[in-house]
Amino acid sequence: MNYLNFPLEQWTNLFVDGWLLPTLGSTFDSFSNLMQGVVDGVTGILLFIPPELFAILIAIVAWKVAGRGLALFALLGFFYIGAVNIWPEAMQTLSVVIVSTLFSLIIGVPVGILGALNSKAEAVIKPILDFMQTLPSFVYLIPAVLLFGLGGVPAVIATFIFAAPPAVRMTILGIHQVPKDVMEASRAFGSTAKQLLFKVQLPMAVPTIMAGINQTIMLALSMAVIASMIGAPGLGATVLSAISRVNVGLGLVGGLGIVVLAIVLDRLTQGLGQAKA
Amino acid sequence: MTNKIEVNNLTKVFGSRPLEGIERLKQGQSKDEILKDTGLTVGVNQSSFHVEPGEFFVIMGLSGSGKSTLIRLVNRLIEPTAGEVLIDGEDITKMKKERLIDTRRKKLGMVFQNFGLFPHRTVLHNVAYGLEIQNMEKTQRQTQAQKAIEDVGLKGYEKSYPRELSGGMQQRVGLARALANDTDILLMDEAFSALDPLIRKEMQDELLHLQKKLGKTVLFITHDLDEALKLGDRVAIMKDGHIVQIGTSEEILENPANEYVSNFVQDVDRSKILEASQVMKKPEVLSAYKDGPRMAIRKMEEVGASSIFVTDKDKTFRGLLTIDDAIRAYNEDIPMVDVLIDAVPTTSPDTPLNDLLGVAAEAKYPIVVLEDEKLKGIISRVSILSALVLGKDEVVAS
Repeated sequence: MNYLNFPLEQWTNLFVDGWLLPTLGSTFDSFSNLMQGVVDGVTGILLFIPPELFAILIAIVAWKVAGRGLALFALLGFFYIGAVNIWPEAMQTLSVVIVSTLFSLIIGVPVGILGALNSKAEAVIKPILDFMQTLPSFVYLIPAVLLFGLGGVPAVIATFIFAAPPAVRMTILGIHQVPKDVMEASRAFGSTAKQLLFKVQLPMAVPTIMAGINQTIMLALSMAVIASMIGAPGLGATVLSAISRVNVGLGLVGGLGIVVLAIVLDRLTQGLGQAKA
Repeated sequence: MTNKIEVNNLTKVFGSRPLEGIERLKQGQSKDEILKDTGLTVGVNQSSFHVEPGEFFVIMGLSGSGKSTLIRLVNRLIEPTAGEVLIDGEDITKMKKERLIDTRRKKLGMVFQNFGLFPHRTVLHNVAYGLEIQNMEKTQRQTQAQKAIEDVGLKGYEKSYPRELSGGMQQRVGLARALANDTDILLMDEAFSALDPLIRKEMQDELLHLQKKLGKTVLFITHDLDEALKLGDRVAIMKDGHIVQIGTSEEILENPANEYVSNFVQDVDRSKILEASQVMKKPEVLSAYKDGPRMAIRKMEEVGASSIFVTDKDKTFRGLLTIDDAIRAYNEDIPMVDVLIDAVPTTSPDTPLNDLLGVAAEAKYPIVVLEDEKLKGIISRVSILSALVLGKDEVVAS
């Protein structure tokens, strides 16, 4: 089948090494520094809060939005994280998840709105999302390291690529699901396009968008573990070092910590989505 | 006085080359021919009508007749292909975006078949929506919305969400939302079609009442001829995108423009259309102020009746005098007013016959038709039945 002898590998390397890095390297560096600042800032805040206070705060929020069961689970889960001495790692992971989720939403929701309102834009956006979701994550871990160095920043970037698509898709879906007669009513009373979007389409899409945010958070958490391979700090790093040292016990300690974070985040965001619905 | 709404040669062709459809319509091709030849769908075909201020104008047609498209052309929810729509003399089809939005806000309220309520807003905020988007100050718009809510009888439900209300109540919210903007014109697209028959009748009656009270100009779409004839000052019958006939209920019932209309009309339940005033008869009356029992007995003998209706000089209804009571009054020298029977069934001239069927079946005496206490006529059981069977013309002729 090799009729063309297509040198994609060489060309890509030539492009990245020969043009991209020399030309835009400094831009990436400054962006990287900015992101690092944000990630470090969030980690700093999370670690600044005493673990006891943090656990109680989360439990109270969990009680409010998802009931007593989750509140109890959150307390026990955070108690476990403290007891096995992985609190800083858990907070680092949480920080990467929070920053990349925020990043995904800040970009994903507006892109989703654009796609929902403009069918041409949607035709461009959808294949890009497919591409982002199906490309094996290791493939973009490599350029992320090249462009942003090792550590939390490439982790956030890679996590964004992996986790943003549901935010975009569910925003498009949520807006498309607004019934035609409701939109008609809004227009018949003299809404401008902006009023239609902010007073009708977006509020009615909120439950669906919340489901998308839930998906984004879950994907971000799973990616935060993989991203430990490019130096992202946190529970992923704990698990990675357990693998490299064939330390089953340490692996379980880190793994359970991730499970605790996952369940609390999942139920919490689901609860928020239902409260809004 | 200028027309509130005037529609001239309004046409809507759906498809990629609508102007070709217009040409073919002008050449007189039918909707089906155009669809077959070009794949274009004719929604509305060169329709013209006008609605006067304060008029209740109904457009009636079966599904696919283009009536829902037509009403959406009037406020330009759908872009017309050709023709003009004058709202207070101004052509909405030529308006710039800002002017169009302003016209919708200030002049055109709309009520939808499936209500089109905002599920994430309370009743109060649904009703206030039209004012909110005009940036009206909060307390003022809520006061205005509150008034509309009270007008439709939903006081106490301000904080409810639409999903917590029954269909009938949801449509009241829809109506209140349209009333809150205080527009002269109400566009109502099959507004009551999704409601069950009892609620529907109730809403129809209330709408008529509100329309009279508030002086609204109403353009009402329905697929139900009974509803059209009941509500409309004038009714337009629509078929295949074209208006086949425009007229009052009576004109349409008595003089259908073509076979299509007459096929419709023959199924109409006459009891809902005919009103008391159309079947009542002028009775022989006795004047209480001058005629005594003696005169009463003579009059009854003349007309061969066993009772007679008694009125004052100004026709104010006093009661019914039977022959037995007249003789008793004569023999015992009692004043005639003391022996009058006043427990007779009464009704108003505009009551539908349908509502009188039960009364007539129960009553011992004919139903007395009163307007402002004055005797207008009487309706016997026989005249109701003959009206239902024969129609109004025959009743009047007989």
